[in-house]
Amino acid sequence: MNYSIVFRLLGYILMIEGALLLLPAAASLFYGEWRVLGVFLLTAAVSAAVGYGLRSIKPRSKVFYMREGFAATALSWILISVVGAVPFVLTGCIPNPVDAMFETVSGFTTTGASILPGVEDLPKGILFWRSFTHWIGGMGVLVFLLSLLPLTGGSHVNLMKAESPGPQVDKLVPKVQSTAKILYGIYFALTVLELVFLLVGGMPLFESMLTAFGTAGTGGFGFRNDSFGSFSPYIQWVVTIFMILFGVNFNAYFLMLMGKFRRASASEEVRGYFAVIAVAIAIITANIYSLYNSFGEALRQAAFQVGSIITTTGFSSCDFDLWPTLSKEVLVVLMFIGACAGSTGGGIKVSRLLILGKTLGKELKQALHPQVVAPVRMDGKLLNHETVRTTNVYMAAYFFIFVVSFLLISLNGFDMVTNFTAVAATLNNIGPGLELVGPMQNFGGFANPAKLVLIFDMLAGRLEIFPMLVLFLPDTWRRF
Amino acid sequence: MKIILVGSGKVGTAIARQLSEEGHNVTVVDTNKARVEYLTQTYDVLGIVGNGSSITTLAEAGIEDADVFIAVTGSDELNLLCCMFAKKAGHCHAIARVRNPSYSHELDFIKKQIGISAIINPEMAAAKEISHLLRFPGASKIDTFADGRVRLIKFALTEAQELDGVAIREIPTRLKSDILVCAVERDGGVIIPNGNFVLQNGDQVTFLATQENAHEFFLRIHMPVRPVRNALIVGGGAIAFYLSQELLDNHVRVRIVERDEARCTELAEQLPGAQVLNEDGSNRDFLLSEGLESTEAFVALTNIDEENVLLTLFAKKHSNCKLVTKVNRLEFDDILAGLDLGSVVYPKYMTCDFIVQYVRALQNEAGNNIKTLYRILDDRVEALEFTVHEESAATGVPLSQLHLKKNLLLCCINRGNQILIPRGGDQIQVGDNVIVVTLEHGLHDLRDIVEH
Repeated sequence: MNYSIVFRLLGYILMIEGALLLLPAAASLFYGEWRVLGVFLLTAAVSAAVGYGLRSIKPRSKVFYMREGFAATALSWILISVVGAVPFVLTGCIPNPVDAMFETVSGFTTTGASILPGVEDLPKGILFWRSFTHWIGGMGVLVFLLSLLPLTGGSHVNLMKAESPGPQVDKLVPKVQSTAKILYGIYFALTVLELVFLLVGGMPLFESMLTAFGTAGTGGFGFRNDSFGSFSPYIQWVVTIFMILFGVNFNAYFLMLMGKFRRASASEEVRGYFAVIAVAIAIITANIYSLYNSFGEALRQAAFQVGSIITTTGFSSCDFDLWPTLSKEVLVVLMFIGACAGSTGGGIKVSRLLILGKTLGKELKQALHPQVVAPVRMDGKLLNHETVRTTNVYMAAYFFIFVVSFLLISLNGFDMVTNFTAVAATLNNIGPGLELVGPMQNFGGFANPAKLVLIFDMLAGRLEIFPMLVLFLPDTWRRF
Repeated sequence: MKIILVGSGKVGTAIARQLSEEGHNVTVVDTNKARVEYLTQTYDVLGIVGNGSSITTLAEAGIEDADVFIAVTGSDELNLLCCMFAKKAGHCHAIARVRNPSYSHELDFIKKQIGISAIINPEMAAAKEISHLLRFPGASKIDTFADGRVRLIKFALTEAQELDGVAIREIPTRLKSDILVCAVERDGGVIIPNGNFVLQNGDQVTFLATQENAHEFFLRIHMPVRPVRNALIVGGGAIAFYLSQELLDNHVRVRIVERDEARCTELAEQLPGAQVLNEDGSNRDFLLSEGLESTEAFVALTNIDEENVLLTLFAKKHSNCKLVTKVNRLEFDDILAGLDLGSVVYPKYMTCDFIVQYVRALQNEAGNNIKTLYRILDDRVEALEFTVHEESAATGVPLSQLHLKKNLLLCCINRGNQILIPRGGDQIQVGDNVIVVTLEHGLHDLRDIVEH
């Protein structure tokens, strides 16, 4: 591995994080929280200084190959989480470093699983930072870096490949930097749009911003103990719709911006995504109708929860742990489906499931007619063998990690539903699970080793497994 | 001696030339009329057009009273068949070239059953030589004498060695190294230096030492002595296969780049420890992405000489690893010497050398006392190992009083288990093995080293 180029990149990341830490500092300044302000400024200064030092390393070769791309991505995410956890510890909000790390990783990976029993007493600066990590992590910190740096050479697409969700990475325009800029532009515009809608609904600015950050990144950190239960139906609908919008492949928005509405709406993945949402809402509405005695209320609760879970956001407008089993099961299934590739959501991704389903269909056809030539198509184009293979391998790795984590956290002594949904909620970057990790509960009950396993799961889920697994390969760390 | 040579390709030609120049009666047999005619016109040999495995042709070539029979056609099976018939038809030593890796574990059986005296596998020999070079990466060429106990090592002198302007006689005292500089290449010429010779940066220095002394000497002159820990091999032919086997046994990590997918599968199957990459080796971005800049050794083994040379030059530009280049054609060695390619390995030379050495050893049995011979420094210098059987003008006299020929250096006396780097007071005794380096070709006996 070319260590110097990786360190240099980590330097850039630290400098960016130093700059981003100034935003919560501004929030603290605004609310007059001097101690918290000091912590943020100190962290920002140290982070930027170390980053500047690392950045001055002069690498012999400035090219990122696959190996450096994977390693740099995984290391960047670990590093920003470590630095991001510092303010939680120093302000005394979360004194245990593992807890602080859990909270930060949960933020950056847009999981939204918290170890805090109550968040309403937290300083405003800390609340801001918690939600802001969602926004940074949603589109990806490396994509942000790529949009800023005038990096030359085609090799940087390897960084984007390692960070972007989904089985295939499509550049929107020929240049990596322009692609990154467009992605962030769409992301920023949608966030502002949501902010406006929330403000119109009478939500205070600070809370609107936190909500917008959490929705945009499909994160899910709440700032009230009951998440969104106490907000007006209007706010809940706005959040529902924007959650679902942020789960759509950003390529579709780009096509719409280019005026190609037909192509955008023809995407099989986006259609599949909306179909799943519609079916899930219908089932749950029918199932919980008796609980609410009003169709409008039942529909709103169902839509909010479905949108929150399928996009892996993790907000909640009610305690869905109290719902009938069928509804809970539908939600658990949605946890695994996840959002579209190329969105800010997590999970297995609709496109992967489509590929798997189509491959299965083809194999069945082949079982009846061994000589049949049946290519698999997606959006009218032939799926190449490589995509199918990596999808299969991804699923194998996914289940491998799932099973191992499930067994490891069982040592903690909780019940099976808790353990199962805890792993599902972290590996799919959702946030709340069921039972002891349900929407009105938190992850604080797990012991430190179990939390470390879940931290790994969150990172693996956000980075689509391979960059994290690659870290365990000795070949990654060898110079040759 | 009477020698029959079947096959007149590159190796056949080189052997025919060398053996005829050494005074042997060589008969060349080949089916290609034009090649046979070319050989008979160029060298002092007899040519017969015909099939080397036909008894009629062999009888015509005089197999009954031949001493040595050599088969170096392109086909392993034909070579073996020729040798089999030759053994039945006459009373000669038969030497065959067999290069197919699937025979490599069965050579002993083949030798015994067919009665062949020696089998040479040039690819395996080349792999062995490359593996020696990778274990001692400072050297650009290594030859071994005295059953491997003495080494003749060549290296390029640069500023890092701090030997510029040092006279050779100062080396043992200044660096406390028991080595002997045997030959120096400078400005395209070769010099057999005496003690007053002053070294310069840019010289190609060949010295003789035991393995331990060479190691120590290299340490003192800041040359790399640690064996390489990983190697990038381009071209997945037979040499790459043998080399990888050898390297993997020594815990060196190996990455092989091969263009042909089927061959890649084969290699990956046979070498579970190696990393086999299916890509054209001349794809420069690919080589860089696979760590060309951080590899400790780069070995170019494709079938195309030009590509190997270019690849090595490319690797030299991007890293300071140990470079090894395989070159098949013998014609342009002088040009390659000027390119500073690190180590160049000529498998075809090695076949020829092996056979010529074997023939000399046979002669030795028949009274001549050259034990081994190495042609070093592009054929211009010979290093010979003699066994001293009897008293002569050269024995029993202190070396300082011995009038050795010009451009001849007595490098090493191997007495019992002792390796002596000879100084003025030493004498040659009966029973010694003596190594001599000379510019003169065709020495046959120890007596020849003294000026008459």
